[in-house]
Amino acid sequence: MTAVTDPATGTAAGESSSLRSADRGALETFKQGLRLSPEFRHGLAGTLVLAVLATLGKVVVPIAVQQVIDRGLGSGEPDLPFIRNAVALCALAVVLTALCGYLMNVRLYRSTESGLAALRGKGFRHVHDLSVLTQNTERRGGLVSRVTGDVDQISTFMQWGGLMVIVSAGQLVVATVLMAVYSWQLTLIVWACFLPLVLALPRFQRLVAKAYTKVRERAGDVLAAVSESVVGSAVIRAYGSEDRTAERIDTAVDGMRAAQTRAQKIVGFTFPATELVASITVALVVVAGVWLGVADSITAGRLIAFLFLITLFISPLQTATEVLNEAQNAIAGWRRILGVLDTPADVADPENGETLPRGPISVRFDGVGFAYPGGPPVLHDVSVEIPPRTRVAVVGETGSGKTTFAKLLTRLMDPTSGRILVDGTDLRTVSFSSLRERIVMVPQDGFLFDSTLEDNIRFGRPSATREEITRALTELGLADWLDGLPAGLDSPVGQRGESLSAGERQLVALARAYLADPDLLLLDEATSAVDPATEVRLARALDGVTRGRTAVSIAHRLSTAQAADEVLVFEHGRIVQRGPHAVLVEQPGVYADLYASWTTATTVH
Amino acid sequence: MPTKESPARPGSSVMLQGLKVIGVAIRTEPRIFTGAVVASAVYGAMTVASSWALGWATDNAVLPAFRDGAAGTGTLVVAALLIVGVAVLKAAGIMGRRIMAGIHQYRMQAHSRRAVTRQYLRLPLAWHHRHPTGQLLSNANSDVEAAWAPLAPLPMAVGVVVMLVTAAVAIVLVDPVLAVVGFLIFPAVAVLNLVYQRRLSPLAMRAQQLRAEVSEVAHESFDGALVVKTLGREDAETARFQAKADALRDANVAVGRVRGLFDPMLEALPTLGVLAVLLVGSLRLESGGVAAGDLIQVAYLFTLLAFPIRALGWVLAELPRSVVGWTRVTDVLDATGSMEYGTARLDASGPARVEAEGVSYAYVPGSPVLKDVRFAVAPGRTIALVGPTGAGKSTLTQLLARLIDPGEGVVRVDGVDLREVARGEVSASVALVPQQTFLFDDTVRGNIALGGQEPDERVWAALRLAQADGFVSALPSGLDTRIGERGATLSGGQRQRLALARALVREPRLLILDDATSSVDPQVEKRILYGLRDGAAEATVIVVAYRMATIALADEVVYLEQGVVTDHGTHEQLLARCAGYRDLVTAYEREEAERAALDISEDTDEEVVA
Ligand SMILES: Nc1ncnc2c1ncn2[C@@H]1O[C@H](COP(=O)(O)OP(=O)(O)O)[C@@H](O)[C@H]1O
Ligand SMILES: Nc1ncnc2c1ncn2[C@@H]1O[C@H](COP(=O)(O)OP(=O)(O)O)[C@@H](O)[C@H]1O
Ligand SMILES: [Mg+2]
Ligand SMILES: [Mg+2]
Repeated sequence: MTAVTDPATGTAAGESSSLRSADRGALETFKQGLRLSPEFRHGLAGTLVLAVLATLGKVVVPIAVQQVIDRGLGSGEPDLPFIRNAVALCALAVVLTALCGYLMNVRLYRSTESGLAALRGKGFRHVHDLSVLTQNTERRGGLVSRVTGDVDQISTFMQWGGLMVIVSAGQLVVATVLMAVYSWQLTLIVWACFLPLVLALPRFQRLVAKAYTKVRERAGDVLAAVSESVVGSAVIRAYGSEDRTAERIDTAVDGMRAAQTRAQKIVGFTFPATELVASITVALVVVAGVWLGVADSITAGRLIAFLFLITLFISPLQTATEVLNEAQNAIAGWRRILGVLDTPADVADPENGETLPRGPISVRFDGVGFAYPGGPPVLHDVSVEIPPRTRVAVVGETGSGKTTFAKLLTRLMDPTSGRILVDGTDLRTVSFSSLRERIVMVPQDGFLFDSTLEDNIRFGRPSATREEITRALTELGLADWLDGLPAGLDSPVGQRGESLSAGERQLVALARAYLADPDLLLLDEATSAVDPATEVRLARALDGVTRGRTAVSIAHRLSTAQAADEVLVFEHGRIVQRGPHAVLVEQPGVYADLYASWTTATTVH
Repeated sequence: MPTKESPARPGSSVMLQGLKVIGVAIRTEPRIFTGAVVASAVYGAMTVASSWALGWATDNAVLPAFRDGAAGTGTLVVAALLIVGVAVLKAAGIMGRRIMAGIHQYRMQAHSRRAVTRQYLRLPLAWHHRHPTGQLLSNANSDVEAAWAPLAPLPMAVGVVVMLVTAAVAIVLVDPVLAVVGFLIFPAVAVLNLVYQRRLSPLAMRAQQLRAEVSEVAHESFDGALVVKTLGREDAETARFQAKADALRDANVAVGRVRGLFDPMLEALPTLGVLAVLLVGSLRLESGGVAAGDLIQVAYLFTLLAFPIRALGWVLAELPRSVVGWTRVTDVLDATGSMEYGTARLDASGPARVEAEGVSYAYVPGSPVLKDVRFAVAPGRTIALVGPTGAGKSTLTQLLARLIDPGEGVVRVDGVDLREVARGEVSASVALVPQQTFLFDDTVRGNIALGGQEPDERVWAALRLAQADGFVSALPSGLDTRIGERGATLSGGQRQRLALARALVREPRLLILDDATSSVDPQVEKRILYGLRDGAAEATVIVVAYRMATIALADEVVYLEQGVVTDHGTHEQLLARCAGYRDLVTAYEREEAERAALDISEDTDEEVVA
């Protein structure tokens, strides 16, 4: 199995991802991976004992069978009673071996699956802990694969390969000891032949690892291309760009196939190497054996028995190469999940963060500057104070930094310079749970989960009852709208809320945030797709209920600004004007211009 | 979510269906498969030959040397070369089998991925509405992978079957009674495999299903990461994900339990076979039915088969998953209800004429969102489509651009029913800017030209018209700047303007804007709209709008309420006679007036207090 099984197999665009691509070595990755999942060690002693027994069975039984054949049949008159007794013993051993194998497997599955399930959970959680910026550097599909397909990659190895290493090592030791009993000189030859191979394996390993990393990356491209054809289906149809999309998919699919084939070729070339080395060894042993025999230090019978032992020696080595491939996959998988876990949550929940008491809230921006990673500054020296119980409107051209301002205020990102204070406390020292309780933002596009309306609104406050949800909608003046829906609160909203109209989605997102009942509600163009009548109703309702709270609204519809206590006017990342609407319209400047466009926009001459 | 995909067709014939799936793979790529099987046969033959070579070396080089007390250098060299030579061939067999089996598998995956995504591109939008994104993604990925997973061990297994038959013949020739033992063991392996598969397949299917669900949860959760963060719901989301991951764990353990039971049994069987041969053989020896040498030979054949026979099991183990995967893939491939295209062309020049006649549409049967919509737009006119949130405006725009077909009624452009228009013709004449901006993970140019060969001047002209030239020229590589997945590095208004430029660059004859400037500030919006009015006179324009500025540009207004066109006329006419329309478009003014009144009364209150 090269790549496993989920909608989101795949790496994301390697070049842009800012997730750590853990550059530690294979062994270090492996160790770190094991350390991450203590569940793997659960009941390990018992499993090991079973593994040793199963291995012993696997090694001893063929030898025994060989012996039975040799002793019972090989030398002249067949010794029938011996054969029968030996057969019975061997059969018993076979059954016991199988039993041990079964028990070992069950224990292994249980411990590894538990470990992997926990690992998925850890990875998933950490993805959510990463800042939005870090999350955005990787495609969604790539992130998903890190907690699904990449983890699956580990399972085959852990359930089969991991113990196979132990089993094979056991077999190797047993075979070496037995061989040495027959002839130490020949044993030396055998080891002399295989040592270079063993030493060369890590080199192969790296080659193979590289090839598989490529495969995963290409798989990520495929996923991205496919998801485009699904998510963008409307646009693709509207512009008749089916052929172009198909081409993009083909390129990705071919890229993946080429990478897979290349990886397979590398494995295909390296895998039979053991076979070749083995044959050379046998040939050498025959030659050397004869030479030794002639020198009278080994008998013909012992030489032949020795040749049989070499086969016992080869099969674990072959398994080891197989295991190595699995180990490659597993390590690639581990690297990617470790890549998530190693990436520091740059906007982290502070340890022992402060819990601020609920109530009226004030916010202060103190010389705040911000630049997106690798980009020019988009906010410059923003200093502003938002006293408790004020309603602030933020206006400005698109791209002037309003959303950036909002993201800083909700601590989705940290400023590159300056600081932000809530109630006099640096935002960075406030615990997330307290912060998220007090400040809630409704983002530009209201993402909904594929569930019912009720569930989506309750997302704001899980403890809310159905009555509270209905009441919230009523308070927001949305009761009529709710009554118009065929299934009311039980209406399914579809994937990403796509069974609702864009405006309706915004209504739900707003209700969700409203239900969360924060001290500061921040609306980032949260009603941009809602019709004016509904918007005015909403604004009035919010006004009524947010009295006593702080509200920040970003909007292009200047009716919001007119109703606000204070207007912040952004231009090119600076606050260029501030004050109440009535004052600002009187001054020549950005706001007056905006307002002029807005009034010609709202009234028809 | 009504999805008719059967997650599985479980039951008796998984094995049979699995073989059919394999049959498809063989028929599609017969050459490479044959190559892999031949390589596998070489491997099989060389496996036998290697012991033969060793035997030859023993008989002709080793034993004589010991007997004579002197090594015959010539024979010794021949023996060594023989051993190595056979091994080289065997290695070549392994290599060939692996590489060709891989190529076969990867080619089939690529075939299926192409076929599935072609369907995605071909099937109508209504079909997409019915199928969750996550499911479609897994159809093209994990299901395809599962479907072709048996191909990797397949050539080896076929080789094994050949070896088995050869071995059976050899044994029969040696001794019919011993052959009976063989014929008991080999079918026993087969039967055990069958039982194994029957026990395993429902469990494996469940695990596969859960695996998809785990991804779906992760996908959705990461998609909504911003909401999760802003509402501080990381813990709840982690719990939701962990619950699914734990279910997957349990399903995998259940699979493991069955695997863990049957794998060792399958491994033990051939050895038990050897032992049975010895036991029966000892009886036959007693009765003189067989010679000791023959018995050794038969026992040897069994040992030889012990390992490769498991390849059969590997193939069988993949079959249930393969069947599930293939079933889901074929569900997509067989999906019908694709959009029918006619042969009519829309090759008139100049602005298009548009008519909707008795158009109804329902996403969910029984609750139509558009009812008997009818209106006509003369060429070159600009129509504002106005209505409250959820009235059906976006749905109507999709019908006009033929992204979906009406349940009842007809949409005509230039008098031609859109359903009779040839493929590609509608999108050549009609451009829709959807309400929800979608950008490709591509360059700015790629997003605007969408693979077309528009010269840069035209792209820039469209960007200028969309008021996007300013920020695009400020981007690090201008038109060649890559914007991240779904345009993540741009602000909302910037994304919207790129989407607008994408429509404008095609110089459509019918331009449909679905609230396409909602994230753009009033000044920029005004510039865009004036630009459209003055520059793009060559098009009929239908614009969904709330803002008065947009409506002011329109020659006529179509007012939609709850899926019904309640009025159609000029702005002034509607303002005078349509209460719903008046309420909607004057909401801000009334709000302002009321606030002014309120302020005055508050002022007077204060005066009173003072
Ligand atoms: N994730 C991002 N990475 C890089 N640049 C960004 C990102 N998001 C926004 N920008 C840039 O920052 C500037 C301000 O954007 P934003 O705050 O979204 O503006 P707006 O005022 O429209 O809300 C824009 O020039 C935009 O291109
Ligand atoms: N994919 C869908 N599945 C089911 N219902 C939908 C879907 N899309 C829209 N609707 C419903 O159809 C109605 C009209 O939606 P829409 O045309 O988007 O409204 P508008 O654009 O006027 O706001 C809404 O009530 C919405 O809930
Ligand atoms: Mg913004
Ligand atoms: Mg709409």
